[in-house]
Amino acid sequence: MLLHADTLSVARGPRTVLSDVSFTAKAGEALLVVGPNGAGKTTLIRTIAGFIAPAAGSITLKGDDGDRDITEQCHYVGHLTGVKANLSAAENLAFWATYLDGGDGSAIRDRVDEALLHFGLSALADYPAGLMSAGQKRRLGLARLSVATRPVWLLDEPTVSLDAASTELLSGLIRRHLAGGGLVIAATHLPLGLEDPAYLRLGRTAGHAAPEAKP
Amino acid sequence: MSGFLSLLKRDLTLAVREGAALGTALGFYLVVVAMLPLGLGPDLKLLSRIAPGILWIALLLAALLSLPRLLEADHEDGSLEVMATAPLPLELAVAAKALAHWISTGIPLALAAPVLGLMLNLDIALAPALIATMLAGTPAISFLGSIGAALTLKARRGGLLIALLVLPLYIPTLIFGISALGFAGLGQDGFAASFLILSAISVASVAAAPIAAAAALRLQMS
Amino acid sequence: MQSLTQRLANPTRFMELSRTVLPWVAAGAALFIATAMYLVFFVAPPDYQQGETVKIMYIHVPSAWLAMMGYSIVAISSFGLLVFRHPLADVSAKAAAPIGAAFTLAALITGSLWGKPMWGTYWVWDARLTSMLILFFLYLGLIALRSSLEDESLAGKLTAVLALVGVAILPVIKFSVDWWNTLHQPSTGFTSTVDPSMRTPLLIAAVGFTLLFVALHLKAMQTEIVRRRVKTMRLAQVERDERLFSAGAE
Repeated sequence: MLLHADTLSVARGPRTVLSDVSFTAKAGEALLVVGPNGAGKTTLIRTIAGFIAPAAGSITLKGDDGDRDITEQCHYVGHLTGVKANLSAAENLAFWATYLDGGDGSAIRDRVDEALLHFGLSALADYPAGLMSAGQKRRLGLARLSVATRPVWLLDEPTVSLDAASTELLSGLIRRHLAGGGLVIAATHLPLGLEDPAYLRLGRTAGHAAPEAKP
Repeated sequence: MSGFLSLLKRDLTLAVREGAALGTALGFYLVVVAMLPLGLGPDLKLLSRIAPGILWIALLLAALLSLPRLLEADHEDGSLEVMATAPLPLELAVAAKALAHWISTGIPLALAAPVLGLMLNLDIALAPALIATMLAGTPAISFLGSIGAALTLKARRGGLLIALLVLPLYIPTLIFGISALGFAGLGQDGFAASFLILSAISVASVAAAPIAAAAALRLQMS
Repeated sequence: MQSLTQRLANPTRFMELSRTVLPWVAAGAALFIATAMYLVFFVAPPDYQQGETVKIMYIHVPSAWLAMMGYSIVAISSFGLLVFRHPLADVSAKAAAPIGAAFTLAALITGSLWGKPMWGTYWVWDARLTSMLILFFLYLGLIALRSSLEDESLAGKLTAVLALVGVAILPVIKFSVDWWNTLHQPSTGFTSTVDPSMRTPLLIAAVGFTLLFVALHLKAMQTEIVRRRVKTMRLAQVERDERLFSAGAE
């Protein structure tokens, strides 16, 4: 599976935020998007997710059986958690499991329990999410990645509000996803403990952003 | 279908747990209906004659109060964006939310109307017709209201703005709702015609409004 | 072979074209309106029923007609924006709404002034005036929605959605108001037959006011295009400034 972007130009209102951006992300490989604030990392992630239509250029996801629609194949994890305060942790995850992936009751319960376990939230399974700390809510939001299976993960600064232990949990999750043939594009400041990610540098100094290896 | 039902169930669960919203809407309904005799004088014959109009208009206003809630919370916690990546199209997602709004707010308000009508000396014989017309008309209120909610998600003065945008859209429902009640009161045949048109407007709203609302939501996300 | 709309799509081309066309349209408007007013006050006979006050009709009827035409222009422009992404569509919609609203208000006021001598009150809830009032509300909604959003491009598109929703619901509103009117009032309404001696000045007035609308619309579009250009230039300057600042800091 390949995710290929070709001479992408994206505008937010009157400003051109991204200009002539091209890259290729391969299955099993992480692409980290780096750059100063305001360089357009969030805009790029949202454009790949399909929320913003590019002014020029194109993005395609090539699977084994032809092109696929990225929006329906991706997990989007942005700055907001997607967590409802008046639902318990388990209820929050069960909803997303059903809504994003379908499936029957017992299979969902298993997936939810496993996700809560992995992110260290099992004890809080029946607690309303509104009682949780910012870090716990963030972990609950990330747990969404575990309860529904999507090949493409689009992460926008996923480590914000996470402590070191949680960041390690997330890295493990990402590594397993990549090992299983998944694709990860993440805007981040941290290397996320990945072995050999590709980098995409955005910023005013790079008119044409190309992936470059970074030691 | 499981996506639609799971969203509907989730929204209804949230509505029950956040009961204050319905309580506020009902409270508002009560206060407005009570203020009118205070403003117009307690002439029972007059009140009885205008009771259907007052009950309908106050219901519209109370429903307006609860509309921003339809989409605000999901927008603020980022759920809307994740919903956009789900297999269920946004149109059906909005429809599920509007349906949840009708069940959790529209129906209770409609059922409360005859009770409040007692304060206005409403003719008790009209109560069944009142409930029937309101149950037939409130889907239009929830679904047309969802368009207003979608358009004003990011707007300043959102609450007032929704009222300005959505009240004109409610005028046909209001007119045919009152018309049906007028015929019911006089025991004439016109009730069926008005009621059918009222229902047709609701059905059309249910079918068409989610398209406009989803279009507005997609624009808001970009 | 480019169609007219395609040729006009380029804002610069539009500015050139409108600059040549505008004076003629404005002059035409002045000419037609002046002729109509002359005919109205010095030639047309007073109505046998209403006397001199019928002459308000010469402003009321064209205003009402333009109120509806204005909304059509907004709706068509909105369609052009959302479906064809025509570059001038948003400018056209934004310019037309306040003008249409103004003509609607004029129709309401002249209708009210006309009604006073006829029925003794400044407002009667007859079907046409009521529909016109609701149309005014729809205009207000468009203007309010656009002004409530900072992001101009988003505001334009959301307003376009609202305009199309309005167009879809207008027939339903008209139908329901007519229904409501027949329930509550048997027959009142403005006389629908117009004597031939009144028809010509009315037609001339209608043409004149339409030209006035077009002139105002073109002028408003020009102003809006210039305003957007100024904004773009300022934003470019802001970005240049920021680049210099960051470069200096490095």
